[in-house]
Amino acid sequence: MSALLHQIFSGLAMGGIYAILALALVMIYQATHLVNFAQGEMAMFSTYVAWEMIDSGMPYWAAFALTIVLSFIGGMLIERIVIRPFAHAPVLTIVIVFIGLLLIFNSVAGWRYSYTIKTFDSPFPDKRWFGNTLMSSHESGAILVTFAVLALVYAFFRFTPLGLAMRAAAQNPASSRLVGIRVGWMLAIGWGLAAAIGAVAGMMAAPIVYLDPNMMLGILLYAFAGAVLGGIDNPWGAAIGGFTVGVLENIAGAYVVGPEIKLSVALVIIVGVLVVRPSGLFGRTLVTRV
Amino acid sequence: MISRRTLLQAGAVSAAALASGLRPARAANAVGVTEAEIKIGQTMPYSGPASAYGVIGKADVAYFKMINEAGGINGRKLNLISLDDGYSPPKTVEQTRRLVEQEQVAFIFNSLGTPSNAAIRPYLTENKVPQLFVATGAAMWNDPKNFPWTIGWQPNYQTEASIFGKHIVATKPGAKIGVLYQNDAFGKDYLTGLKAGLGADHAGLIIKEASYEVSEPTVDSQIVSLQDSGADVLLIAATPKFAAQAIRKTFDIGWTPVRYMTDVSLSIASVMKPAGLEKSKGVITANYGKDPTDARWKDDEGYKGWAAFVAKYLTPADLIDSNAIYGYGVAATMVQVLKQCENDLSRENIMRQAANIKDLELPMLLPGVKINTSPDNFAPIRQEQLESFNGESWSAFGDLLQG
Repeated sequence: MSALLHQIFSGLAMGGIYAILALALVMIYQATHLVNFAQGEMAMFSTYVAWEMIDSGMPYWAAFALTIVLSFIGGMLIERIVIRPFAHAPVLTIVIVFIGLLLIFNSVAGWRYSYTIKTFDSPFPDKRWFGNTLMSSHESGAILVTFAVLALVYAFFRFTPLGLAMRAAAQNPASSRLVGIRVGWMLAIGWGLAAAIGAVAGMMAAPIVYLDPNMMLGILLYAFAGAVLGGIDNPWGAAIGGFTVGVLENIAGAYVVGPEIKLSVALVIIVGVLVVRPSGLFGRTLVTRV
Repeated sequence: MISRRTLLQAGAVSAAALASGLRPARAANAVGVTEAEIKIGQTMPYSGPASAYGVIGKADVAYFKMINEAGGINGRKLNLISLDDGYSPPKTVEQTRRLVEQEQVAFIFNSLGTPSNAAIRPYLTENKVPQLFVATGAAMWNDPKNFPWTIGWQPNYQTEASIFGKHIVATKPGAKIGVLYQNDAFGKDYLTGLKAGLGADHAGLIIKEASYEVSEPTVDSQIVSLQDSGADVLLIAATPKFAAQAIRKTFDIGWTPVRYMTDVSLSIASVMKPAGLEKSKGVITANYGKDPTDARWKDDEGYKGWAAFVAKYLTPADLIDSNAIYGYGVAATMVQVLKQCENDLSRENIMRQAANIKDLELPMLLPGVKINTSPDNFAPIRQEQLESFNGESWSAFGDLLQG
């Protein structure tokens, strides 16, 4: 029984990280209807930036905040410089650009920081919280951070004029332009937000999986599964999907299919959801009038 | 503007380059060898995910440079052409063909990677080109019957796992063993070796096997399952990142099995430190070389020679890099083989001598570890020393063991 609880809680902790990255995927998907395959590598790169700052003696939370700001700017720049020229290109072309970005970030990180693993400190104290033996304090902390990010994203879209403008630009670009919203910039901000949220995912994941250039490859796959499961156009759905995938993965690996095909569980979820309910558990079914 | 003339000129130049590349083989029985030099080929992952191993190639080149400066071997200089394959087997094949067909090397030496070497083995076997001292620990290189042109060097994973198996039977006969292994040739070699070491009578001691894929984020879930099985011995057959995760997780969940760990992950800097020095206490591994960070060897002749070599031919960071030390040892073995060849440097004789090393001791191998090969033994190093981690460094215990 305690082993089962252990599996569930360690699944929840990883699930929280999948959920944050899934949120980042949702940010870009909402605006462009594309899944950014380079999201994980961008997050990994942000984490290295944070590591470099902490290593040079900066306090954790200062580095944390600065990394988020830098990632936001970086994300916007990527949209302006790399993605913008392909705005009207076919979907496949853009997918290739995403894969190109993935490879570039991965190789540059390896070249600059080497492929040996690095430790990335957790901001949370080493002591367990409330005598909790099932989760380390970092794991509990990561889950709290997930909820905080989710609440911020929700509040941003629900209560701020900028959030409203972004939603409008995503849903109806032509009308938005007519009422004076700069649609191009909304896209850039969307990329910036995605990069910033991804940076949080990276900084929460690194203390658990260690920092190395390939750390986000598996995580991105699970995050994608989580986003698809919950509905890739719905932040709440994506977050719940992320948690669910984290737990399902552990339970299936330990008790159902065995660890050999644990990773395949993610793929089965993706394919299964797309076949049975393409919009995901909480997603809206998209209807286009023709 | 490219005129027709410049185009033609360019064509002529490249045709000439092609032609010079395809010059006829030298005396058929000693390809790649002249009175002045021996041409040797190699592929290394200087870029890509395994680039940390690239330093092996640098150490090989540096060692041969040292030999050349001392006059070479029988007056011949060693010319090692070391090419980048990015740890990608298709590229290894391409580069190896280039080395064999264009550069006309005498043999391939110390190319790195299990998949890479597996990809070029059929080609080299077919063309009867020696594939010497491959830089991988898989057991498949010790197969002289089917692949008489390929030979390994370091103790292979099966050898090491069987040493662990024998040690478990000797010290903890009623052990309940859990195994965490990477789901590929490396991890499976470990399982095979462990079973061989335990012997048929004790194979039942393994009560739980849990595998992981390299693309998984963590092995935390596997560790929890292994704990749940009731195992009191844990064998960690994992690459550095996952080994560090496994060590940390066992500690964090308050599980205290006897932990054996593959020597692939014995690096203090990239495994024990990330896992936590306190959490790594008591981990057992097996080793065959001298640890340069171990104060025991400070005044050792072998270590001093190594330090002098690094000072002159490598960079200071390489002094404590176990990969650089590995290259230093392999290159010395190669030089021994070429010396044994005397003036018959045909591929046949090079292979014959590679399979005829007797009790060779090297400066950076542990005292008593001897390199031996014979026509039916293509596993040069078979002895290892058990070591346990004391929170700062590895300390040896017990005698040298043979797998």
